[in-house]
Amino acid sequence: MKVLYFAWLKAKTGLGEEDVIPPDGVATVGQLVEFLKTRSPGHAAAFEAMGVVRVAVNQDYGGLDTPVKAGDEVAFFPPVTGG
Amino acid sequence: MAIRVQREDFDPGAELERFSSGRTDVGGICLFVGLVRDYMGHDPASGAAVNAMTLEHYPGMTERQLEAIEAEARGRWPLDDALVIHRYGKLEPGERIVLVAASSAHRDAAFEACRFLIDWLKTKAPFWKVEHTPEGDAWVDAKESDDAAASRWDRVKP
Repeated sequence: MKVLYFAWLKAKTGLGEEDVIPPDGVATVGQLVEFLKTRSPGHAAAFEAMGVVRVAVNQDYGGLDTPVKAGDEVAFFPPVTGG
Repeated sequence: MAIRVQREDFDPGAELERFSSGRTDVGGICLFVGLVRDYMGHDPASGAAVNAMTLEHYPGMTERQLEAIEAEARGRWPLDDALVIHRYGKLEPGERIVLVAASSAHRDAAFEACRFLIDWLKTKAPFWKVEHTPEGDAWVDAKESDDAAASRWDRVKP
């Protein structure tokens, strides 16, 4: 599974992207977040306030209940500020 | 109908010309250009100075979302043409960031579609601004007023 980070989530995790193999039982974005938080203090800090984190699965907006599986591209980022 | 995500600048005059070039059925074109301001927030008197900003985006998803927004506009209004150009990378005050434009036989559709394109783009297209100020870098926060502007269009469906 490819996980991408943008804006301050990239700064906090120290990563633009990473390949991860989540443990069995990770079937949703919410469960993936709980797993990612354990990877480093920076990850834990990035996911500290989920109210300001948005997610896209395979480039479509999703939520904590969105299913994830091997091979997916999952991106985490703050609310968008373009235009 | 087109969307473009690019680092380089664009020429609004040339884009405007392209909308009507070689055709006589277009009744009106509405074009909006967004620029980099040199201060933070809403008030130039109290906002900290902005020396420059950098726009980050999500290659792939950005294009996908802009195409969806443009398709939604075409579904809602009878447009002759529509265009979205959005830049990324480092931009200085006064530089152009974004262009949205729509043309139609009549002005109402052109005005409304243009406004819709920028309102939805601001809340749905994955871009993020970081402002470079004398005090350091600061990620721009999303504005509730932008969410309100976008959600207006949830209710207005011609």
